Amino acid sequence: MRRALAAYARNPAALLGAVLVLMVLGMGLAAPLLFPQDPLGLAGRPLQWPGANPRFPLGTDPSGRDIMAQLFHGARVSLLIGFVATLVASAIGIAIGAVAGFYGGWVDTLLMRVTEAFQTLPNFLLLLVLVAVFGSHINTVTIAIGLVSWPPVARLTRAEFLTLRTREFVSAARVQGLGDIHLMLREVLPNALPPVIVYASVVMAVAILLESALAFLQLSDPNVPSWGNLIGLGRNVLRVEWYVSAIPGVAILLTILGVSLMGQGLNDALNPRITGK
Amino acid sequence: MSLLAIEDLTVALPKGADRQHALTRVSLSIEAGEILCVVGESGSGKSVTATTIMRLMAPGVRVESGRVMLGETDLASLPDEALRRLRGSRIAMVFQEPMTALNPLMAVGDQLAEMWRTHTELAADAIAARSLAALKEVALPDPEGALRAYPHELSGGQRQRVMIAMALALEPELLICDEPTTALDVTTQAQILTLIRELQQRRGTAVLFITHDFGVVAEIADRVAVMQQGVVVEQGSAEQVLTAPVHEYTRRLLAAVPGLRAPPPREISPEAVLEISNLQKTYRPAGIFRRRRAARALDGVSVTLRRGSTLGIVGESGSGKSTLARCAVGLLGFDGGEIRIAGSPLPRARQAAAHLVQMVFQDPYASLNPRRKVGDQVAQGPIAAGTARAQAMAEAAELFALVGLEPSALTRFPHEFSGGQRQRIGIARALAMKPEVLVADEPVSALDVSVQAQVLELLRGLQARLGLSILFITHDLRVAAQLCDEVAVMQNGLVVEAGTIGQVFEHPSHAYTQSLLAAVPGRGMLGG
Amino acid sequence: MRFLSLAAKRLAASLPTLLLILIGMFLLLQLAPGDTVDAMLAQMGGGDASIAADLRRFYGLDLSVPAQLGHYLWRLIRLDLGFSAIYGKPVATVILERLPATLSLMGASLSLAFSAGMALGVIAARRVNRWPDTLISTVGLIFYATPSFWFGLMAIVLFSVHLQWLPAGGFGDVAMGYTGWRAALDIAWHLVLPTITLGLIFLAIYLRIMRASMLEVLSLDFVRTARAKGLRETRIITRHVLRNALLPMVTLIGLQAGTMLGGAVVVESVFSLPGLGRLAYESVVQRDLNTLLGIVFVSALLVIAVNFCVDLLYARLDPRIGT
Repeated sequence: MRRALAAYARNPAALLGAVLVLMVLGMGLAAPLLFPQDPLGLAGRPLQWPGANPRFPLGTDPSGRDIMAQLFHGARVSLLIGFVATLVASAIGIAIGAVAGFYGGWVDTLLMRVTEAFQTLPNFLLLLVLVAVFGSHINTVTIAIGLVSWPPVARLTRAEFLTLRTREFVSAARVQGLGDIHLMLREVLPNALPPVIVYASVVMAVAILLESALAFLQLSDPNVPSWGNLIGLGRNVLRVEWYVSAIPGVAILLTILGVSLMGQGLNDALNPRITGK
Repeated sequence: MSLLAIEDLTVALPKGADRQHALTRVSLSIEAGEILCVVGESGSGKSVTATTIMRLMAPGVRVESGRVMLGETDLASLPDEALRRLRGSRIAMVFQEPMTALNPLMAVGDQLAEMWRTHTELAADAIAARSLAALKEVALPDPEGALRAYPHELSGGQRQRVMIAMALALEPELLICDEPTTALDVTTQAQILTLIRELQQRRGTAVLFITHDFGVVAEIADRVAVMQQGVVVEQGSAEQVLTAPVHEYTRRLLAAVPGLRAPPPREISPEAVLEISNLQKTYRPAGIFRRRRAARALDGVSVTLRRGSTLGIVGESGSGKSTLARCAVGLLGFDGGEIRIAGSPLPRARQAAAHLVQMVFQDPYASLNPRRKVGDQVAQGPIAAGTARAQAMAEAAELFALVGLEPSALTRFPHEFSGGQRQRIGIARALAMKPEVLVADEPVSALDVSVQAQVLELLRGLQARLGLSILFITHDLRVAAQLCDEVAVMQNGLVVEAGTIGQVFEHPSHAYTQSLLAAVPGRGMLGG
Repeated sequence: MRFLSLAAKRLAASLPTLLLILIGMFLLLQLAPGDTVDAMLAQMGGGDASIAADLRRFYGLDLSVPAQLGHYLWRLIRLDLGFSAIYGKPVATVILERLPATLSLMGASLSLAFSAGMALGVIAARRVNRWPDTLISTVGLIFYATPSFWFGLMAIVLFSVHLQWLPAGGFGDVAMGYTGWRAALDIAWHLVLPTITLGLIFLAIYLRIMRASMLEVLSLDFVRTARAKGLRETRIITRHVLRNALLPMVTLIGLQAGTMLGGAVVVESVFSLPGLGRLAYESVVQRDLNTLLGIVFVSALLVIAVNFCVDLLYARLDPRIGT
């Protein structure tokens, strides 16, 4: 563990990723302190360009709301949605993948059919259907994103379990008389987890992108300051006041970049043989 | 003048390796038409020597000083492009793993034809004719079919024949063989060794043969060089090195090679502790659409292990010996027959079976969980069975002392141990359950020969002290001869011959047993 | 023969998946508050209860849930996707009208992402850890992190509004009345920006996989064999490494087909393309569940079809499959 941390710290790209993520996290934490008013409330004259008015360093949107305030509050929303959705997806994916990979046979066939069904459906389309059916409250949206994101986690976990369950140390524990729960949780899971943890960064990136796309289509929670929402609003004034859309897009880009860099850094730190060359 | 002369070659390992140099001032020479065996244990630098000649070293490994003279050319300083032209045409190489050495997506004939396509101006039909002739020369059955076949359609031995055909396609002056028979069964190994010898003599090729196996050395070498830690410690004619070794290390290595003659028979208890009768096991491919036919792994196997003795199960890959071991410890279910331990059938419940039979596994690197302390892994069985944790750990400490490890090592992780030490931990883990029967599945085949001897010695000592009953699975007849009281020879899921080890090895009655014994390398020179 | 039996097997194996999807979707839509009739009545500006009941009987919405499911599946087997109350046409017709735009967008994006991703991946792997690799990998990461809808908007600002090089949206200029190859060219012209917008993230993914796959294959034993044979480096790459490295790429096409279709929803809405994705968006907004279910069905068929082709392609590339 310490070795992995040291390897991570030596990797400049990974450090940049951590800095970006911490920056977004800091924005989210500071939002209620720096911008205590409702970021969706009217703040000033609409469509002021960035820099034109010192009160609004990043300008105002078509409804006269402070873009800077929305940006800070949006960081909170994006990270929270990304994190919770990743938790949901990882929990489902690891559980299904672990059981399928460990037991094999008809259990595996059945669970993989379900996984395949989920993967055959375009995830964004499924997200649209879920939102259409259950509404677009922020909690619903978050859980729905988790629900459409677990299949790759399940496949990855299953693949790891499939190879690990035939390892001799698992057989040894089995011969020692230990139960399936012990075999799965103590013997196989710790060895299967590193690639899954690395993949969680991909899930998080995709979750943030899914939410912002949904918000961009104005199908997410309208009562929450979301970066995607702001980009969608800016669409109507794109030809002249393109900054309304441009600014939150950069925020999304940097967040995803940070999460991805962290994931890659984690991967390199946990699999030293790739960097060893 | 020698065909190949390695002069004062020093090769550096990349930073962070366990030592600075892979080779230190190595000098070797090979004459035209002779076979030089370079022999050593893992880490001796024998493979680095082979790859350095061809400049196929792993990334980061580089020549620091010295020369590699092929005739008048120094290979170590030759430009890349000039060296490429020499590869395959003047020096060729055969590798250890026939299963992965060929491109899986390309027909064998195309891979063979590449030799002429790259190094000659021959027309396509001439190349086709030569490809066919090359496969005929290495005695592949159905050479026309083999040209069109993909690697996965050939067996390991057949692929190695293809590799040899490919290496010899352009009649190179030097053939480098890097452990070419290590991955093969003993009878296949004997055939491949004969083939290399025949082709080498017919063409006068010089051969640099890398191996860890003194039996193979005795079979094939004209001259021998012994390497240890990147240094050549002894070289000379095969006769001289094998029968009158000068260097201490060579003597130690040779002493560790097990003899094929069994020690005088011991008194064996008549009481059967493990009775396997008429065991049947068929592997059925899963799924609605069966791709493969069901394979019969065990076809009515009956063997009996007597209390306090060792029963060896010997056979080649695919004989069903490992399946038998896995059935005997309850890791695999079986379709018919019976397994009785100490008089009663092997219980299906894992907990109950754990006290009756335990297993020692083959791969010292895969048989311990890398993420858990070794003490926990030894004690977890007794703890799961209800022993208090403190007592289980105390017992584990005693077991560690018994197998020759420091009890303080209990709190370490597996990566801090060598292969031999890990195998000792595996034995301690099995003994922790105080089983009636110990099943050992190739427990020494992944170890260097000197470590192998120590682990065998340990098993013998433990058996004497604890009265262990051991079912010992091995492909290596020499190892079987060291440890077993009785032996059963398996082929294609059947026991073809069984009896006391002296009887079976001295007077084999079944043709298969005879061919197995005849194929054991080095019988003549190292003693049968 | 091997091919045909493999094809049959794959098709048969996808049937339970399809059935599972349809049952799941149907049950899900049962949970939706309000049905098509509610949506129609809302569209008409309200109506009384008796009209609603009549309409429900007409659309079979008064039956029990299992009976409705049975009806639905039976209709699907006959490829009858029902009637869209909002569009006033059979759903199948509505979808069929929208299919060409989506198919051409996906085909173009996939080709772009696959070919460019492959080429860049090979270059990066050949120069691993040197500046071309660093540059390509960095650009790939940025592409991966860019939200497609935002990239689309920014591309419109730059290329359509400011530079006026490319059209900002639509699927061809109807007003120009082009026919034949002029019309095709016009459509292609309109698809340039959407294709890049949709393809960029997949390009990044393919590039990353191709690079990793090349590095992996380059370390395998048979590449060392090829070197020992004295083959030229170009031949080793083209004849031995490339084909092996392509296998995971091909698998990825199948795995990403669904994601790509999902991405098309957003991109089509950015560029006002009359495609399946935008139709899905419109039916969510208008609560036209019949059409939405039809789109889900057709998308699933599409993804299954792509995967089927991918499996056959894989079997062509790898002789070890299916024997």
